[in-house]
Amino acid sequence: MSALGLEKSPQLNSHGELQHLLTIEGLPRDVLTRILDTAAPFSEVAEREVKKVPLLRGKSVFNLFFENSTRTRTTFEIAAKRLSADVINLNINTSSANKGETLLDTADNLAAMQADMFVVRHASSGAPFLIAQHMAATGRDHIHVVNAGDGRHAHPTQGLLDMYTIRHYKKDFTRLTVAIVGDVLHSRVARSQIHALITLGVPEVRVIAPKTLLPTGIERLGVRVFNDMREGLRGVDVVMMLRLQNERMQGALLPSTQEYFKSYGLTPEKLALAKPDAIVMHPGPMNRGVEIDSAVADGGQAVILPQVTFGIAVRMAVMAMLAGN
Amino acid sequence: MPITTQLPDAEALCAALAEDMRPHVDPATTALVGIHTGGVWVAERLHAALGLQMAPGSMNVSFYRDDYNQRGLHANAKTSQIPFDVEGAHIVIVDDVLHTGRTIRAAMNELFDYGRPARIDLAVLIDRGERELPVAPSFCPHSMSLPATQVLALERAADGGLSFRLIDK
Amino acid sequence: MKIHIKNGRLIDPASKTDKPLDLFIAAGRIVGVGNPPAGFEANSALDATGCIVCPGLVDLAARLREPGFEYKATLESEMAAAAAGGVTRLACPPDTDPVLDEPGLVEMLSHRARLPEFAHVHPVGALTVQLEGKELTEMAELSEAGCVAFGQANCAIVDTQVLLRAMMYAATFGFPVWLQAQDPFLAKKGVAHDGEVAARLGLAGIPVAAETIATATLLHLVRETGVRLHLRRVSSAAALEMIVAARVAGIEVSCEVTINHLHLTDADIGYFNAHARLDPPLRSRRDRDALREGLASGAINALISDHTPVDDDAKQMPFEEAEPGATGLELLLPLTIKWAQEMKLPLVTALARVTSDPARILGVKAGSLALGAPADICVFDPAARFLVSRENLRSQGKNTPFLGVELPGRVRYTLIDGHLAFDGTLG
Repeated sequence: MSALGLEKSPQLNSHGELQHLLTIEGLPRDVLTRILDTAAPFSEVAEREVKKVPLLRGKSVFNLFFENSTRTRTTFEIAAKRLSADVINLNINTSSANKGETLLDTADNLAAMQADMFVVRHASSGAPFLIAQHMAATGRDHIHVVNAGDGRHAHPTQGLLDMYTIRHYKKDFTRLTVAIVGDVLHSRVARSQIHALITLGVPEVRVIAPKTLLPTGIERLGVRVFNDMREGLRGVDVVMMLRLQNERMQGALLPSTQEYFKSYGLTPEKLALAKPDAIVMHPGPMNRGVEIDSAVADGGQAVILPQVTFGIAVRMAVMAMLAGN
Repeated sequence: MPITTQLPDAEALCAALAEDMRPHVDPATTALVGIHTGGVWVAERLHAALGLQMAPGSMNVSFYRDDYNQRGLHANAKTSQIPFDVEGAHIVIVDDVLHTGRTIRAAMNELFDYGRPARIDLAVLIDRGERELPVAPSFCPHSMSLPATQVLALERAADGGLSFRLIDK
Repeated sequence: MKIHIKNGRLIDPASKTDKPLDLFIAAGRIVGVGNPPAGFEANSALDATGCIVCPGLVDLAARLREPGFEYKATLESEMAAAAAGGVTRLACPPDTDPVLDEPGLVEMLSHRARLPEFAHVHPVGALTVQLEGKELTEMAELSEAGCVAFGQANCAIVDTQVLLRAMMYAATFGFPVWLQAQDPFLAKKGVAHDGEVAARLGLAGIPVAAETIATATLLHLVRETGVRLHLRRVSSAAALEMIVAARVAGIEVSCEVTINHLHLTDADIGYFNAHARLDPPLRSRRDRDALREGLASGAINALISDHTPVDDDAKQMPFEEAEPGATGLELLLPLTIKWAQEMKLPLVTALARVTSDPARILGVKAGSLALGAPADICVFDPAARFLVSRENLRSQGKNTPFLGVELPGRVRYTLIDGHLAFDGTLG
């Protein structure tokens, strides 16, 4: 517990409404449920001929991506455009930050261009918090910040779309056993998933990984730790796979992708240990043959492509809710 | 606490509305679209009474309201469902109470995002006046005026029976 | 200048005195405690009613940022901060720019710092050239130029053979070595204590093992070389246990803790507050509690501010990119009082950790109110409150996790060699 007294979460405004979406941690269950409920009608918008609603018309959404990601940026762009917003994409790798402009200077410059919303992805944990706090401190509370992934800390829209997917296929969170498999240590997706699953009442959340890929004290987040994948997959309803990045071989965390696949890759044989109607999820992009076997990725239990579709609806819901607060 | 003002019988109004509409609809081609939630219930009554072939659609107009910037997004999980082709169709928008006209404006905007209808009519049970936009019902069996502080709401009982209730804001 | 400090409660930890006694000063020295010497006629009287009169604080680590980092702070601003904080004597680490590894630089700094209103400065010289951990510095020359000890600031010596030889060389001359125990490989890229908070926040962790392994290495080398070692900025219960065990086994070693580690834990990072980005990192509650007990019992000898002014730009960054360090000269006294109040420790014991005990580690006859001692004195009101704010801090560094917090104690007067360096009654 903090010796200095609890700070107010910068996500909520003075009325307790969601001002920014920075992390799932600390959001009450009813807020998460409300986001999932709001996403459902947005899902329908994609089925129509005119895939647009006028909610964010006249509003400017700036995609501030300090870390490369075409996929995530594209889904946010589609979501914003379907809300009729004007979207501006900034790949900061190639612009001023390389010339030494600080994160806050970049944010200030863009705020001066009448931005209404920042969608931020950054390699450092906490960067979107810094921007949100700075906007509040400089009298620009009307600018909403959506965290599109910060360092290892959080990827809240991914966590939410994963929950939407689970709810779509499994309905009742309170009866599930869910396993998250892979590099939890470096994964912002895993952290967001864990917070969401626990908040929504999933009774058993498991993480499956070698010790080198688990953060110290992970059990204190409320999960059951397994180092043996076969043990960990027994009887689960949902298998959430995480991407393994090549850099892990360099940090003496793993010897090789072949050995990783042997112990922690999801094959049909290992999947058979889960419930017969278990679903397989992956945030993408997949490393076939590293964390997941093609037979599983392309098989009947994988819901990886629906995750992408749901992702647009969830992001539309988040942006529509924030912009209205 | 609802005030005991004399409120009309909702079921009787549904029957009267159906009779008003009968000469003007074609059971093979006319399509109803009810606005959540009250308009959907009325549309079900009308659909049965008029023997229409096209299944009724429903609309959640939250994404087209004009008060988003003031009030934010309405917490409404209902989906819009239009199970027929809007392009070139004769559509009747159905709602329980017509007041300022803003909901109907939003409903029309939403319909036009589905396609270009040949004709749109508006059927409501009660018109309480005080329009703020130039919207007029095509079919409406009852008018009444009410104080601005009161909301007239349609309710459905467990057995499906419809009735009106007056609620103080 | 003959000064009479009257009506105060005199607390002198060195002599275990705590009673209402007046103090008499002449020619920059204490000439009377309780009663004036015969024929004493004061030019000036300082009213210490309601106040405690104690030795000026001795701070074993305060970065003045000169030479080289004047955009972060200057001697003038930081000496003003020291005086406002009741600090009359301080040791500054060698990580200036250029590094304090040449006698000429040390002399320049000492010269620059020699003004009557400035606290006494004791430079800590670099143990290796440029702090790079490869070549020894000219320790004898540096000692003559004024260095009281030799250290490495926050830069560990990687090559244990160099470490051994540096300690051996220092021991040859009896020079003390002040080192922070941190294994550079285990601390590499880490920014927070390796525990639940770092796991939640997605921050790279520095395990306690980084401190204990390095502490073990240093303690073994003390046994080998006989060097006088002072362990800097202890942050973990485990390392403290090793230090205590080493003393039982006959190894002489002193150690210190910072004001931030005395009061805060990793939970105080909150929502990525970069003011809580420190080196070593803030650790767990269990660690903090052990450090508080250790300082109370005297197992930890000294409390330091570890004053490190950082410019706003370097702090307004994402946590892992922000520069570590916190401002502290003006918080040393209030945080000592707060700790004493919370631990229910008598002030005469608590104040020892910031006066007589650090003075002993410095090897200087100071930190006490004995007859004949230099008149380095702090007069403070223990009941007044100090609100830590950008406006109230005189240091150019406004970077502290205590911003916005109200702390007990305000300095009324600070005297350095009998010169009134700070007068808190003005505006």
